[in-house]
Amino acid sequence: MSGTSHLRRKWFNRLMLVLSGCGAGLAIMILGVILGYILVHGISYINLDFLTHAAKPVGEAGGGMRNEIIGSLILIGLASVLAIPVGLMAGIFLSDFASPKIAATVRFAADILAGVPSIVVGIFAYAILVRPMHSYSAVSAGIALGIIMVPIIARTAEESLRLVPNSMREAALALGITRWRAVLGVIVPGAITGIVTGVMLSVARIAGETAPLLFTALGSNFGFQGLTKPIGALPLQIYHYALSPYADWQHQAWAAAFLLLLLVLGISIVVRWVSGRRHA
Amino acid sequence: MATVFDRVRNTTKQDSSCEVPIRMEANKGILVVQNLSAWYGKTLAVKDISLSIQSRAITAIIGPSGCGKSTFIRCLNRMHEVSHGGRVSGSVLLDGKDIYARDVDPVIIRQRIGMVFQKPTPFPTMSIFDNVAAGLRLTRLWTRRSDLEEVVERSLCQAALWDEVKDKLNLSGASLSGGQQQRLCIARALAVAPEIILLDEPCSALDPAATLKIEDLMRSLAQAYTIVIVTHNMQQAARVSDMAAFLLMDQDRAGMLVEYGKTSQIFANPRDKRTEDYITGRFG
Repeated sequence: MSGTSHLRRKWFNRLMLVLSGCGAGLAIMILGVILGYILVHGISYINLDFLTHAAKPVGEAGGGMRNEIIGSLILIGLASVLAIPVGLMAGIFLSDFASPKIAATVRFAADILAGVPSIVVGIFAYAILVRPMHSYSAVSAGIALGIIMVPIIARTAEESLRLVPNSMREAALALGITRWRAVLGVIVPGAITGIVTGVMLSVARIAGETAPLLFTALGSNFGFQGLTKPIGALPLQIYHYALSPYADWQHQAWAAAFLLLLLVLGISIVVRWVSGRRHA
Repeated sequence: MATVFDRVRNTTKQDSSCEVPIRMEANKGILVVQNLSAWYGKTLAVKDISLSIQSRAITAIIGPSGCGKSTFIRCLNRMHEVSHGGRVSGSVLLDGKDIYARDVDPVIIRQRIGMVFQKPTPFPTMSIFDNVAAGLRLTRLWTRRSDLEEVVERSLCQAALWDEVKDKLNLSGASLSGGQQQRLCIARALAVAPEIILLDEPCSALDPAATLKIEDLMRSLAQAYTIVIVTHNMQQAARVSDMAAFLLMDQDRAGMLVEYGKTSQIFANPRDKRTEDYITGRFG
Protein backbone atom coordinates (compact mmCIF):
# COMPACT_ATOMS: atom_id res chain seq x y z
CA MET A 1 0.00 0.00 0.00
CA SER A 2 2.62 2.51 1.04
CA GLY A 3 4.79 1.27 -1.81
CA THR A 4 2.27 2.14 -4.52
CA SER A 5 1.42 5.56 -3.06
CA HIS A 6 5.15 6.28 -2.87
CA LEU A 7 5.46 5.35 -6.54
CA ARG A 8 2.48 7.50 -7.47
CA ARG A 9 3.99 10.49 -5.65
CA LYS A 10 7.25 9.97 -7.45
CA TRP A 11 5.57 9.92 -10.86
CA PHE A 12 3.43 12.91 -10.02
CA ASN A 13 6.57 14.79 -8.98
CA ARG A 14 8.24 13.91 -12.26
CA LEU A 15 5.19 14.90 -14.32
CA MET A 16 4.95 18.30 -12.61
CA LEU A 17 8.67 18.88 -13.04
CA VAL A 18 8.42 18.16 -16.78
CA LEU A 19 5.34 20.41 -17.16
CA SER A 20 6.86 23.36 -15.32
CA GLY A 21 10.10 22.86 -17.23
CA CYS A 22 8.18 22.97 -20.52
CA GLY A 23 6.45 26.18 -19.41
CA ALA A 24 9.76 27.82 -18.60
CA GLY A 25 11.29 26.58 -21.84
CA LEU A 26 8.39 27.93 -23.90
CA ALA A 27 8.64 31.36 -22.25
CA ILE A 28 12.35 31.57 -23.00
CA MET A 29 11.84 30.23 -26.53
CA ILE A 30 9.23 32.90 -27.35
CA LEU A 31 11.61 35.62 -26.21
CA GLY A 32 14.41 34.01 -28.23
CA VAL A 33 12.29 33.79 -31.38
CA ILE A 34 11.15 37.42 -31.13
CA LEU A 35 14.67 38.67 -30.48
CA GLY A 36 16.14 36.49 -33.22
CA TYR A 37 13.48 37.38 -35.80
CA ILE A 38 13.82 41.11 -35.24
CA LEU A 39 17.60 40.85 -35.09
CA VAL A 40 17.80 38.97 -38.39
CA HIS A 41 15.36 41.30 -40.16
CA GLY A 42 16.41 44.54 -38.59
CA ILE A 43 20.15 44.54 -38.13
CA SER A 44 21.08 44.58 -41.81
CA TYR A 45 19.17 47.83 -42.38
CA ILE A 46 20.73 49.67 -39.48
CA ASN A 47 23.46 51.96 -40.72
CA LEU A 48 24.69 55.48 -40.25
CA ASP A 49 22.14 56.87 -42.70
CA PHE A 50 19.31 55.24 -40.78
CA LEU A 51 20.46 56.90 -37.56
CA THR A 52 21.42 60.32 -38.92
CA HIS A 53 19.09 61.09 -41.84
CA ALA A 54 15.51 62.20 -41.95
CA ALA A 55 12.85 60.21 -43.77
CA LYS A 56 12.71 60.52 -47.56
CA PRO A 57 9.48 60.76 -49.60
CA VAL A 58 8.00 57.63 -51.12
CA GLY A 59 9.99 56.36 -54.08
CA GLU A 60 13.26 57.92 -53.05
CA ALA A 61 15.76 55.41 -51.76
CA GLY A 62 17.55 55.81 -48.42
CA GLY A 63 16.53 58.09 -45.63
CA GLY A 64 16.47 57.28 -41.98
CA MET A 65 14.74 57.86 -38.71
CA ARG A 66 16.78 60.62 -37.12
CA ASN A 67 13.68 62.71 -36.46
CA GLU A 68 11.79 59.82 -34.91
CA ILE A 69 14.73 58.81 -32.70
CA ILE A 70 15.04 62.38 -31.42
CA GLY A 71 11.25 62.58 -31.12
CA SER A 72 11.12 59.44 -28.99
CA LEU A 73 13.89 60.76 -26.73
CA ILE A 74 12.05 64.09 -26.34
CA LEU A 75 8.78 62.33 -25.46
CA ILE A 76 10.50 60.02 -22.96
CA GLY A 77 12.29 63.01 -21.41
CA LEU A 78 9.10 65.05 -21.25
CA ALA A 79 7.14 62.20 -19.66
CA SER A 80 9.95 61.57 -17.14
CA VAL A 81 10.21 65.22 -16.12
CA LEU A 82 6.46 65.26 -15.47
CA ALA A 83 6.05 61.80 -13.94
CA ILE A 84 9.15 61.27 -11.75
CA PRO A 85 8.42 64.08 -9.25
CA VAL A 86 4.73 63.20 -9.05
CA GLY A 87 5.34 59.45 -8.77
CA LEU A 88 8.14 59.81 -6.21
CA MET A 89 6.11 62.19 -4.05
CA ALA A 90 3.13 59.84 -4.22
CA GLY A 91 5.37 56.92 -3.22
CA ILE A 92 6.76 58.88 -0.26
CA PHE A 93 3.23 59.86 0.76
CA LEU A 94 2.10 56.23 0.64
CA SER A 95 5.02 54.83 2.62
CA ASP A 96 5.64 57.53 5.20
CA PHE A 97 2.76 59.96 5.59
CA ALA A 98 -0.62 58.50 4.71
CA SER A 99 -2.80 56.91 7.37
CA PRO A 100 -3.42 53.21 6.65
CA LYS A 101 -6.95 53.92 5.38
CA ILE A 102 -5.94 56.70 3.01
CA ALA A 103 -2.89 54.71 1.88
CA ALA A 104 -5.08 51.74 0.97
CA THR A 105 -7.36 54.00 -1.08
CA VAL A 106 -4.51 55.74 -2.91
CA ARG A 107 -2.74 52.41 -3.50
CA PHE A 108 -5.93 50.95 -4.96
CA ALA A 109 -6.33 53.99 -7.22
CA ALA A 110 -2.72 53.72 -8.37
CA ASP A 111 -3.14 50.04 -9.18
CA ILE A 112 -6.30 50.78 -11.19
CA LEU A 113 -4.48 53.56 -13.05
CA ALA A 114 -1.62 51.17 -13.82
CA GLY A 115 -4.15 48.78 -15.30
CA VAL A 116 -5.90 51.32 -17.56
CA PRO A 117 -5.22 50.34 -21.20
CA SER A 118 -2.80 52.78 -22.79
CA ILE A 119 -5.19 53.52 -25.64
CA VAL A 120 -7.71 54.82 -23.10
CA VAL A 121 -5.04 57.13 -21.68
CA GLY A 122 -4.45 58.30 -25.26
CA ILE A 123 -8.12 59.08 -25.83
CA PHE A 124 -8.24 60.90 -22.49
CA ALA A 125 -5.26 63.09 -23.46
CA TYR A 126 -6.89 63.69 -26.84
CA ALA A 127 -10.12 64.84 -25.22
CA ILE A 128 -8.64 67.14 -22.58
CA LEU A 129 -5.53 68.43 -24.39
CA VAL A 130 -5.52 67.91 -28.14
CA ARG A 131 -9.07 69.11 -28.80
CA PRO A 132 -8.94 72.26 -26.67
CA MET A 133 -5.52 73.11 -28.15
CA HIS A 134 -6.78 72.37 -31.69
CA SER A 135 -3.53 70.55 -32.46
CA TYR A 136 -1.77 67.28 -31.96
CA SER A 137 1.30 68.03 -29.88
CA ALA A 138 4.45 66.71 -28.23
CA VAL A 139 3.29 68.01 -24.88
CA SER A 140 0.01 66.08 -24.96
CA ALA A 141 1.93 62.90 -25.85
CA GLY A 142 4.41 63.55 -23.02
CA ILE A 143 1.54 63.96 -20.57
CA ALA A 144 -0.18 60.78 -21.82
CA LEU A 145 3.04 58.78 -21.39
CA GLY A 146 3.63 60.47 -18.00
CA ILE A 147 0.20 59.31 -16.82
CA ILE A 148 1.24 55.74 -17.64
CA MET A 149 4.54 56.17 -15.74
CA VAL A 150 3.18 57.71 -12.53
CA PRO A 151 1.55 54.63 -10.92
CA ILE A 152 4.56 52.42 -11.78
CA ILE A 153 6.99 54.86 -10.17
CA ALA A 154 4.72 55.50 -7.18
CA ARG A 155 4.25 51.82 -6.36
CA THR A 156 7.88 50.76 -6.81
CA ALA A 157 9.05 53.80 -4.83
CA GLU A 158 6.60 52.94 -2.05
CA GLU A 159 7.75 49.31 -1.95
CA SER A 160 11.44 50.29 -1.77
CA LEU A 161 10.80 52.95 0.88
CA ARG A 162 8.94 50.40 2.99
CA LEU A 163 11.98 48.12 2.86
CA VAL A 164 13.98 50.71 4.81
CA PRO A 165 13.62 49.53 8.43
CA ASN A 166 11.45 51.61 10.76
CA SER A 167 14.37 51.77 13.19
CA MET A 168 16.07 54.14 10.70
CA ARG A 169 13.07 56.47 10.79
CA GLU A 170 13.03 56.41 14.59
CA ALA A 171 16.80 56.96 14.77
CA ALA A 172 16.49 60.01 12.54
CA LEU A 173 13.51 61.44 14.43
CA ALA A 174 15.31 60.87 17.75
CA LEU A 175 18.08 63.20 16.54
CA GLY A 176 15.54 66.00 16.35
CA ILE A 177 15.21 65.81 12.57
CA THR A 178 11.81 66.71 11.11
CA ARG A 179 9.91 63.98 9.28
CA TRP A 180 10.40 65.50 5.85
CA ARG A 181 14.13 65.93 6.25
CA ALA A 182 14.41 62.43 7.71
CA VAL A 183 12.63 61.07 4.64
CA LEU A 184 14.68 63.05 2.14
CA GLY A 185 18.01 62.76 3.96
CA VAL A 186 17.92 59.22 5.35
CA ILE A 187 15.02 57.13 4.01
CA VAL A 188 15.09 58.03 0.30
CA PRO A 189 18.89 57.50 0.04
CA GLY A 190 18.37 54.11 1.68
CA ALA A 191 15.84 53.19 -0.99
CA ILE A 192 17.46 54.90 -3.97
CA THR A 193 18.43 51.76 -5.90
CA GLY A 194 14.84 50.50 -5.78
CA ILE A 195 13.50 53.91 -6.78
CA VAL A 196 15.89 54.16 -9.74
CA THR A 197 14.91 50.65 -10.79
CA GLY A 198 11.23 51.63 -10.77
CA VAL A 199 11.89 54.74 -12.86
CA MET A 200 13.88 52.74 -15.43
CA LEU A 201 11.17 50.10 -15.64
CA SER A 202 8.54 52.77 -16.25
CA VAL A 203 10.72 54.29 -19.00
CA ALA A 204 11.08 50.85 -20.60
CA ARG A 205 7.32 50.48 -20.41
CA ILE A 206 6.51 53.75 -22.23
CA ALA A 207 9.36 53.64 -24.76
CA GLY A 208 7.39 51.26 -26.95
CA GLU A 209 3.89 52.61 -26.33
CA THR A 210 2.15 53.33 -29.62
CA ALA A 211 -1.56 53.60 -28.97
CA PRO A 212 -1.52 56.81 -26.87
CA LEU A 213 0.77 58.47 -29.42
CA LEU A 214 -1.74 57.93 -32.23
CA PHE A 215 -4.11 60.37 -30.52
CA THR A 216 -1.53 62.86 -29.28
CA ALA A 217 1.84 62.99 -31.06
CA LEU A 218 0.30 61.97 -34.39
CA GLY A 219 3.70 61.77 -36.10
CA SER A 220 5.45 64.28 -38.27
CA ASN A 221 7.48 64.36 -41.45
CA PHE A 222 9.62 67.13 -40.02
CA GLY A 223 12.03 67.36 -37.13
CA PHE A 224 11.18 68.81 -33.73
CA GLN A 225 9.11 71.95 -34.24
CA GLY A 226 8.12 72.82 -30.73
CA LEU A 227 6.22 71.21 -27.88
CA THR A 228 2.83 72.32 -29.19
CA LYS A 229 3.35 70.79 -32.64
CA PRO A 230 2.98 67.15 -33.74
CA ILE A 231 6.09 65.05 -33.33
CA GLY A 232 7.38 61.75 -34.73
CA ALA A 233 8.34 58.78 -32.58
CA LEU A 234 9.86 55.36 -33.23
CA PRO A 235 6.80 53.24 -32.39
CA LEU A 236 4.56 55.47 -34.57
CA GLN A 237 6.94 55.20 -37.49
CA ILE A 238 7.13 51.42 -37.10
CA TYR A 239 3.33 51.35 -37.22
CA HIS A 240 3.17 53.51 -40.36
CA TYR A 241 6.08 51.92 -42.22
CA ALA A 242 5.21 48.31 -41.40
CA LEU A 243 1.71 48.81 -42.88
CA SER A 244 3.04 50.53 -45.98
CA PRO A 245 3.28 48.65 -49.32
CA TYR A 246 6.91 49.74 -49.92
CA ALA A 247 9.70 47.22 -49.26
CA ASP A 248 12.13 50.01 -48.34
CA TRP A 249 9.82 51.33 -45.62
CA GLN A 250 9.13 47.84 -44.33
CA HIS A 251 12.88 47.27 -43.98
CA GLN A 252 13.18 50.51 -42.06
CA ALA A 253 10.33 49.42 -39.79
CA TRP A 254 12.30 46.27 -38.96
CA ALA A 255 15.40 48.35 -38.25
CA ALA A 256 13.39 50.70 -36.02
CA ALA A 257 11.87 47.74 -34.17
CA PHE A 258 15.36 46.42 -33.58
CA LEU A 259 16.51 49.81 -32.28
CA LEU A 260 13.53 50.05 -29.94
CA LEU A 261 14.19 46.56 -28.66
CA LEU A 262 17.82 47.47 -28.09
CA LEU A 263 16.73 50.50 -26.06
CA VAL A 264 14.38 48.50 -23.82
CA LEU A 265 16.93 45.68 -23.47
CA GLY A 266 19.61 48.24 -22.56
CA ILE A 267 17.35 49.71 -19.89
CA SER A 268 16.63 46.24 -18.47
CA ILE A 269 20.36 45.51 -18.26
CA VAL A 270 21.01 48.83 -16.50
CA VAL A 271 18.14 48.04 -14.09
CA ARG A 272 19.68 44.66 -13.28
CA TRP A 273 23.05 46.28 -12.73
CA VAL A 274 21.62 49.00 -10.49
CA SER A 275 19.47 46.65 -8.41
CA GLY A 276 22.31 44.12 -8.22
CA ARG A 277 24.51 46.70 -6.52
CA ARG A 278 22.10 46.81 -3.62
CA HIS A 279 23.25 43.37 -2.52
CA ALA A 280 26.94 43.97 -3.26
CA MET B 1 20.56 82.37 21.77
CA ALA B 2 23.60 80.17 22.21
CA THR B 3 24.25 77.92 19.24
CA VAL B 4 25.40 74.34 19.47
CA PHE B 5 28.92 75.50 18.72
CA ASP B 6 28.97 78.11 21.45
CA ARG B 7 27.66 75.49 23.80
CA VAL B 8 30.25 72.86 22.95
CA ARG B 9 33.11 75.36 22.68
CA ASN B 10 32.32 76.56 26.15
CA THR B 11 34.16 73.63 27.61
CA THR B 12 37.18 72.63 29.61
CA LYS B 13 39.54 70.02 28.30
CA GLN B 14 39.76 66.67 29.93
CA ASP B 15 43.06 64.85 30.32
CA SER B 16 42.78 62.05 27.74
CA SER B 17 44.48 60.63 24.67
CA CYS B 18 42.25 62.52 22.25
CA GLU B 19 41.63 65.48 24.52
CA VAL B 20 37.94 64.96 25.02
CA PRO B 21 36.47 68.28 25.98
CA ILE B 22 33.39 67.97 28.13
CA ARG B 23 30.78 70.61 28.59
CA MET B 24 30.72 72.17 32.03
CA GLU B 25 28.25 74.99 31.56
CA ALA B 26 25.07 75.41 33.47
CA ASN B 27 22.73 73.05 31.62
CA LYS B 28 20.74 71.52 34.38
CA GLY B 29 19.06 68.75 32.44
CA ILE B 30 16.57 67.98 35.16
CA LEU B 31 13.50 65.96 34.24
CA VAL B 32 10.47 65.87 36.49
CA VAL B 33 7.87 63.27 35.49
CA GLN B 34 4.37 63.92 36.82
CA ASN B 35 1.50 61.41 36.63
CA LEU B 36 2.71 60.05 33.30
CA SER B 37 0.48 57.47 31.58
CA ALA B 38 0.99 56.10 28.10
CA TRP B 39 -1.27 54.15 25.74
CA TYR B 40 -0.99 52.17 22.53
CA GLY B 41 -4.41 52.73 21.05
CA LYS B 42 -6.75 51.69 23.86
CA THR B 43 -4.14 49.63 25.73
CA LEU B 44 -2.65 51.27 28.78
CA ALA B 45 1.10 50.53 28.81
CA VAL B 46 2.42 52.86 31.52
CA LYS B 47 0.26 53.93 34.45
CA ASP B 48 0.61 57.09 36.48
CA ILE B 49 4.37 57.32 37.02
CA SER B 50 5.88 60.26 38.90
CA LEU B 51 9.57 60.67 39.62
CA SER B 52 12.38 63.28 39.40
CA ILE B 53 15.47 62.46 37.41
CA GLN B 54 18.68 63.95 38.76
CA SER B 55 20.97 66.13 36.74
CA ARG B 56 24.38 64.70 35.70
CA ALA B 57 23.66 61.30 37.12
CA ILE B 58 22.74 57.94 35.67
CA THR B 59 19.22 56.77 36.34
CA ALA B 60 18.46 53.13 35.56
CA ILE B 61 14.95 51.94 34.74
CA ILE B 62 14.74 48.25 35.67
CA GLY B 63 12.02 45.64 35.65
CA PRO B 64 10.90 42.43 33.94
CA SER B 65 10.09 42.19 30.21
CA GLY B 66 6.89 43.91 29.16
CA CYS B 67 6.67 46.15 32.22
CA GLY B 68 6.72 49.33 30.12
CA LYS B 69 10.37 50.36 30.60
CA SER B 70 10.90 51.17 26.94
CA THR B 71 7.53 52.86 26.58
CA PHE B 72 8.29 54.98 29.64
CA ILE B 73 11.69 56.15 28.37
CA ARG B 74 10.22 56.90 24.93
CA CYS B 75 7.78 59.26 26.63
CA LEU B 76 10.69 61.32 27.95
CA ASN B 77 11.63 62.75 24.54
CA ARG B 78 8.24 62.46 22.85
CA MET B 79 9.21 59.42 20.78
CA HIS B 80 6.23 57.44 22.07
CA GLU B 81 3.82 59.47 19.94
CA VAL B 82 5.76 58.34 16.82
CA SER B 83 4.55 54.77 17.41
CA HIS B 84 1.23 53.83 15.85
CA GLY B 85 -1.54 54.81 18.27
CA GLY B 86 0.91 56.21 20.82
CA ARG B 87 -0.73 58.60 23.30
CA VAL B 88 0.42 60.18 26.55
CA SER B 89 -1.15 61.96 29.50
CA GLY B 90 0.51 63.71 32.43
CA SER B 91 3.54 65.94 32.12
CA VAL B 92 7.32 65.81 31.84
CA LEU B 93 9.07 68.99 32.97
CA LEU B 94 12.44 69.71 31.37
CA ASP B 95 14.13 72.41 33.47
CA GLY B 96 10.67 73.42 34.66
CA LYS B 97 8.86 73.52 31.32
CA ASP B 98 6.40 70.81 30.25
CA ILE B 99 7.63 69.11 27.07
CA TYR B 100 4.02 68.12 26.34
CA ALA B 101 2.79 71.73 26.48
CA ARG B 102 0.79 72.79 23.43
CA ASP B 103 3.37 75.29 22.15
CA VAL B 104 6.36 72.92 22.37
CA ASP B 105 7.79 71.44 19.16
CA PRO B 106 8.68 67.76 19.69
CA VAL B 107 11.53 68.18 17.18
CA ILE B 108 13.25 70.67 19.48
CA ILE B 109 12.67 68.41 22.49
CA ARG B 110 14.39 65.53 20.68
CA GLN B 111 17.37 67.76 19.93
CA ARG B 112 17.68 68.52 23.64
CA ILE B 113 16.98 64.94 24.77
CA GLY B 114 18.84 62.43 22.61
CA MET B 115 18.12 58.73 22.36
CA VAL B 116 20.08 55.56 21.58
CA PHE B 117 18.20 52.37 20.76
CA GLN B 118 18.52 48.70 21.60
CA LYS B 119 19.78 47.67 18.18
CA PRO B 120 22.59 49.83 16.74
CA THR B 121 21.06 51.99 13.98
CA PRO B 122 23.84 53.55 11.92
CA PHE B 123 22.44 55.01 8.68
CA PRO B 124 23.69 52.37 6.20
CA THR B 125 24.03 54.71 3.23
CA MET B 126 26.28 57.09 5.15
CA SER B 127 29.96 57.04 6.06
CA ILE B 128 31.10 57.14 9.67
CA PHE B 129 31.70 60.87 9.33
CA ASP B 130 28.30 61.50 7.73
CA ASN B 131 26.55 59.44 10.38
CA VAL B 132 27.90 61.66 13.14
CA ALA B 133 27.28 64.80 11.07
CA ALA B 134 23.73 63.72 10.12
CA GLY B 135 22.05 65.38 13.09
CA LEU B 136 23.63 68.74 12.35
CA ARG B 137 23.28 68.54 8.57
CA LEU B 138 19.60 67.59 8.71
CA THR B 139 18.52 69.96 11.46
CA ARG B 140 19.91 73.17 10.01
CA LEU B 141 20.11 74.67 6.56
CA TRP B 142 23.87 74.72 6.21
CA THR B 143 26.89 74.06 8.41
CA ARG B 144 30.48 75.02 7.66
CA ARG B 145 32.67 72.01 6.85
CA SER B 146 35.24 73.03 9.48
CA ASP B 147 32.51 73.23 12.13
CA LEU B 148 31.25 69.81 11.09
CA GLU B 149 34.75 68.32 11.31
CA GLU B 150 35.19 69.82 14.76
CA VAL B 151 31.89 68.45 16.03
CA VAL B 152 32.44 65.01 14.48
CA GLU B 153 35.90 64.64 16.04
CA ARG B 154 34.70 65.85 19.42
CA SER B 155 31.64 63.60 19.42
CA LEU B 156 33.65 60.54 18.40
CA CYS B 157 36.17 61.32 21.15
CA GLN B 158 33.40 61.67 23.69
CA ALA B 159 32.00 58.33 22.56
CA ALA B 160 35.49 56.74 22.92
CA LEU B 161 35.49 55.75 19.28
CA TRP B 162 37.84 58.30 17.72
CA ASP B 163 41.03 56.25 17.99
CA GLU B 164 39.40 53.25 16.33
CA VAL B 165 37.87 55.11 13.37
CA LYS B 166 39.96 58.25 12.79
CA ASP B 167 41.71 56.67 9.78
CA LYS B 168 38.51 55.36 8.15
CA LEU B 169 35.94 58.11 8.56
CA ASN B 170 34.85 57.58 4.94
CA LEU B 171 33.96 53.92 5.41
CA SER B 172 30.32 52.94 5.81
CA GLY B 173 28.99 53.05 9.35
CA ALA B 174 27.67 49.54 8.79
CA SER B 175 31.24 48.22 8.40
CA LEU B 176 31.91 48.60 12.14
CA SER B 177 31.41 45.90 14.76
CA GLY B 178 28.21 45.90 16.83
CA GLY B 179 29.84 47.58 19.83
CA GLN B 180 31.48 50.19 17.61
CA GLN B 181 28.17 50.81 15.84
CA GLN B 182 26.49 51.45 19.16
CA ARG B 183 29.22 53.92 20.18
CA LEU B 184 28.81 55.53 16.73
CA CYS B 185 25.12 55.99 17.53
CA ILE B 186 26.06 57.54 20.87
CA ALA B 187 28.47 59.89 19.07
CA ARG B 188 25.72 60.75 16.60
CA ALA B 189 23.37 61.60 19.47
CA LEU B 190 26.08 63.69 21.19
CA ALA B 191 26.78 65.68 18.02
CA VAL B 192 23.52 67.62 18.25
CA ALA B 193 24.56 68.70 21.79
CA PRO B 194 21.71 67.31 23.86
CA GLU B 195 21.39 67.92 27.59
CA ILE B 196 19.97 64.51 28.37
CA ILE B 197 20.71 61.14 26.80
CA LEU B 198 18.22 58.28 26.91
CA LEU B 199 19.57 54.77 26.33
CA ASP B 200 17.06 52.00 25.64
CA GLU B 201 18.82 48.71 26.49
CA PRO B 202 21.94 49.86 24.63
CA CYS B 203 23.97 46.74 25.45
CA SER B 204 21.44 43.96 24.94
CA ALA B 205 22.80 43.18 21.45
CA LEU B 206 26.47 43.39 22.52
CA ASP B 207 29.06 41.00 23.92
CA PRO B 208 30.49 41.51 27.44
CA ALA B 209 33.63 43.35 26.27
CA ALA B 210 31.64 45.82 24.18
CA THR B 211 29.16 46.17 27.05
CA LEU B 212 31.96 47.11 29.43
CA LYS B 213 33.16 49.81 27.03
CA ILE B 214 29.68 51.33 26.80
CA GLU B 215 29.38 51.28 30.59
CA ASP B 216 32.73 53.07 31.02
CA LEU B 217 31.56 55.54 28.43
CA MET B 218 28.32 56.18 30.31
CA ARG B 219 30.22 56.90 33.51
CA SER B 220 32.44 59.47 31.80
CA LEU B 221 29.48 61.07 30.01
CA ALA B 222 27.58 61.38 33.28
CA GLN B 223 30.02 64.12 34.28
CA ALA B 224 28.41 66.39 31.72
CA TYR B 225 25.07 64.84 30.80
CA THR B 226 21.98 63.54 32.49
CA ILE B 227 21.61 59.89 31.49
CA VAL B 228 18.62 57.60 31.70
CA ILE B 229 19.16 53.95 30.81
CA VAL B 230 16.67 51.14 30.44
CA THR B 231 18.16 47.76 31.23
CA HIS B 232 16.95 44.28 32.05
CA ASN B 233 20.41 43.47 33.37
CA MET B 234 20.45 43.85 37.16
CA GLN B 235 24.25 43.74 37.39
CA GLN B 236 24.52 46.50 34.83
CA ALA B 237 22.08 48.70 36.72
CA ALA B 238 24.01 48.06 39.95
CA ARG B 239 27.37 48.78 38.27
CA VAL B 240 26.61 52.01 36.44
CA SER B 241 23.63 53.79 37.89
CA ASP B 242 23.31 56.34 40.69
CA MET B 243 19.55 56.11 40.90
CA ALA B 244 17.24 53.23 40.03
CA ALA B 245 13.52 52.97 39.33
CA PHE B 246 11.84 49.57 39.52
CA LEU B 247 8.81 49.07 37.27
CA LEU B 248 6.36 46.19 37.36
CA MET B 249 3.16 45.25 35.55
CA ASP B 250 0.01 45.65 37.61
CA GLN B 251 -3.00 43.33 37.27
CA ASP B 252 -4.11 45.22 34.10
CA ARG B 253 -0.69 44.54 32.53
CA ALA B 254 0.19 48.26 32.65
CA GLY B 255 3.63 49.34 33.89
CA MET B 256 3.71 51.07 37.26
CA LEU B 257 6.48 52.41 39.45
CA VAL B 258 7.13 50.20 42.46
CA GLU B 259 10.16 51.84 43.96
CA TYR B 260 12.55 54.66 43.13
CA GLY B 261 15.68 55.62 45.03
CA LYS B 262 19.46 55.54 45.22
CA THR B 263 20.81 52.45 43.45
CA SER B 264 22.75 51.44 46.57
CA GLN B 265 19.58 51.57 48.62
CA ILE B 266 17.41 49.76 46.03
CA PHE B 267 19.88 46.89 45.75
CA ALA B 268 21.03 46.63 49.38
CA ASN B 269 17.93 47.56 51.22
CA PRO B 270 14.77 47.57 49.07
CA ARG B 271 11.71 48.96 50.80
CA ASP B 272 9.22 47.02 48.74
CA LYS B 273 8.90 43.24 48.96
CA ARG B 274 8.38 42.96 45.17
CA THR B 275 11.63 44.85 44.48
CA GLU B 276 13.47 42.52 46.80
CA ASP B 277 11.96 39.45 45.12
CA TYR B 278 12.95 40.70 41.70
CA ILE B 279 16.47 41.74 42.63
CA THR B 280 17.21 38.52 44.41
CA GLY B 281 16.08 36.65 41.31
CA ARG B 282 12.87 35.13 42.60
CA PHE B 283 11.07 36.12 39.36
CA GLY B 284 11.60 38.05 36.13
